[in-house]
Amino acid sequence: MAKAPRAFADPPIPNRERPAEPKPFEATKEQLLDFYKQMLLIRRFEEKAGQLYGLGLIGGFCHLYIGQEAVAVGLQSALDGDKDSVITGYRDHGHMLAYGIDPKVIMAELTGRAAGISKGKGGSMHMFSTEHKFFGGHGIVGAQVSLGTGLAFGHKYSNDGGVCLAYFGDGAANQGQVYESFNMAELWKLPIIFVIENNQYAMGTSVNRASSEDQLYRRGESFRIPGIQVDGMDVLACRGAAEEALAWVRAGKGPVILEMKTYRYRGHSMSDPAKYRSREEVQSVRDKSDPIDHVKKLLEAQGVTEADLKVLEQDIRKTVNAAADFAEQTPEPDAAELYTEVLVERY
Amino acid sequence: MAIEIKMPALSPTMEEGTLAKWLVKEGDSVKSGDIMAEIETDKATMEFEAVDEGVIAKILVAEGTDNVKVGTAIAVLAEEGEDASAVTETRSGEDANAAPKNQATDTASPPMPEGAAAAEQESGTQQLVAAAEAHAPATPEIPEGTEMVKLTVREALRDAMAEEMRADDRVFVMGEEVAQYQGAYKVTQGLLDEFGDRRVIDTPITEYGFAGVGTGAAMGGLRPIIEFMTFNFAMQAIDHIINSAAKTNYMSGGQMRCPIVFRGPNGAASRVGAQHSQNYGPWYASVPGLIVIAPYDAADAKGLLKAAIRSEDPVVFLENELMYGRSFDVPKLDDFVLPIGKARIMREGKDVTIVSYSIGVGVALEAAETLAGEGIDAEVIDLRTLRPLDTATVLKSLAKTNRMVVVEEGWPTCSIASELTAVVMEQGFDDLDAPVLRVANEDVPLPYAANLEKLALIDSAKVVKTVKKVCYKG
Repeated sequence: MAKAPRAFADPPIPNRERPAEPKPFEATKEQLLDFYKQMLLIRRFEEKAGQLYGLGLIGGFCHLYIGQEAVAVGLQSALDGDKDSVITGYRDHGHMLAYGIDPKVIMAELTGRAAGISKGKGGSMHMFSTEHKFFGGHGIVGAQVSLGTGLAFGHKYSNDGGVCLAYFGDGAANQGQVYESFNMAELWKLPIIFVIENNQYAMGTSVNRASSEDQLYRRGESFRIPGIQVDGMDVLACRGAAEEALAWVRAGKGPVILEMKTYRYRGHSMSDPAKYRSREEVQSVRDKSDPIDHVKKLLEAQGVTEADLKVLEQDIRKTVNAAADFAEQTPEPDAAELYTEVLVERY
Repeated sequence: MAIEIKMPALSPTMEEGTLAKWLVKEGDSVKSGDIMAEIETDKATMEFEAVDEGVIAKILVAEGTDNVKVGTAIAVLAEEGEDASAVTETRSGEDANAAPKNQATDTASPPMPEGAAAAEQESGTQQLVAAAEAHAPATPEIPEGTEMVKLTVREALRDAMAEEMRADDRVFVMGEEVAQYQGAYKVTQGLLDEFGDRRVIDTPITEYGFAGVGTGAAMGGLRPIIEFMTFNFAMQAIDHIINSAAKTNYMSGGQMRCPIVFRGPNGAASRVGAQHSQNYGPWYASVPGLIVIAPYDAADAKGLLKAAIRSEDPVVFLENELMYGRSFDVPKLDDFVLPIGKARIMREGKDVTIVSYSIGVGVALEAAETLAGEGIDAEVIDLRTLRPLDTATVLKSLAKTNRMVVVEEGWPTCSIASELTAVVMEQGFDDLDAPVLRVANEDVPLPYAANLEKLALIDSAKVVKTVKKVCYKG
């Protein structure tokens, strides 16, 4: 009688090198203050954008970043602005603000004005800053993962030492092209960090309703890409993970996946009533894990007073109000702009 | 009964090949599966196996013979028990006829599968190819007195890429089988040897992924050439071509560019069925933000591909597999670049304008020859670029001839022909003496059966008939 085939493969042998468990970033007081300011700017900016949307000044789709601020701020603070590139999906306002891009041109893009960063032709989902090596701002779920792999290909091809940070959500993590990209990125050892911003809901579908493997950091295993799960509500954890990931990638060891466990307080977009989760669930995250409150407590522990923070907050409100006023008043694009920039050259 | 061993067709488009090497000699016994010879096609060197058992009675075509037509008897096999020498004697009188050099001259005739008469098996794509052979008119952009070299479309495309890669380190080629395999259709032959694996990159079979990788690389400042094994497979990647590449410049207010070339064979190939036979020209040509080029001959293939690679805009470059092996004159110039968006008058005429592009141009030219014999003087225009369309050249010709027929190897519905018809209604109505008519493929998925394929595709007879109609002579 023939031997019965083995029912199970051998358990995986941990023969592959993996990045070390990241350590929380040890921030100086100035760095902490800086994180706080950036996150608060994103929060206030997004709240204002939500307001302007309600007033009809912003149209179409508008995806707010409220609740997820620590991810963009923590990760991008670790990048080398001269070399590294960033690409993301349509929830992109926070990533732009984290680069220190003028809130006025971002808000003016949201209101569709000529002074917007895309001259009013892109809108909320399509903003770019090649100066900062920020490559958008993409509206098709998952497309930015292949495009980001292409940016990483470019870094390697040009040998410029850069790393690409490609953000995508837990929803995009189920797109086929993500895995096509994982395969090529590891095959060619491309310098890329795949950042899954797991905010628990792909529009209205929770991760475990859509994902057979809901521990998304493991999604690279069959491509031999290591993954790290990170507390995306803690900016220091985010920064620490970014440093570990960057060290791995810069050493030529190929891509790495960071799963940032985070949460969005608002609906998927402005038109989403978010009936798929309870008010209590959202409130509980706000109360227990808010990324800004977390840093506020750390700052207070370092002797920063409530009054100091108040001044800072007032400054930020001023900046955001100025951006909103600008975005409301600055003119719409000239009608002739309709036909410009379809092509670069004339034929 | 002796068996004639015939030159085999080793690819759907092969019409002739080189008998590179005999691995058996007269008197050898062979059995099914034995490798008898090595045959070089335009794409690869292939081994040729025996099907029947027997003794090689006579080798009719010596090794090293070029241009052996498919279907030519290359050896005679005596079956077991048969007298090999007797077989040789009865066959020897035919040797002169089987000499490959004589056979090679008639290049326009279709491949002849073993044991079948050509007429019975002639398929639709062969009529397209046959039409393409006969005509090679002058290109207006080439200075007079320029030395011309005969090149296949395949070689011209390869030379275009190689020249641009030599000139600009940002240019690289990526796709399935482009490097080590030397190209599924051998278009990238030799590039790996010259440029190495940094710039000639084999991908996994992952069109969506590598189209995105190429597009991202272009956004980051490189100049990728993305080869699709055929444009049928680009359907998996069309999101990146349209949503990522074509719209980037506009969406970013001119901030971010995407200088990329997506290229590969498009349109009907030979007997490959519906999923591998489609013309995507009209699809891409409907998208603002893209340049769409569909060259006909080798000179255009070279000059326009070089222009595409240099363009700051994303380009869809539609080649045609049936044309890859066709030879045309190509100017011997250091840097032969053609303008994008300029049609070419292939043949001047005064009675009717026939507009076409890609492989349809050959069909149009063949029809024009026939029509000339019947007293109708047709002007033939090759559009070359499908977006932006050179409507000025078309309208100018129409103003002269007052009649127009559009010939398109593709479906009629929502086609380039539909678009041109609309353009003429809007801008050339007063010049029309007859309605604009279309000669396009039948509005069905392309069938496999040879007779049905032939019925589905355009041919010059259909064009002749339609032209006579618009000339009120049919």
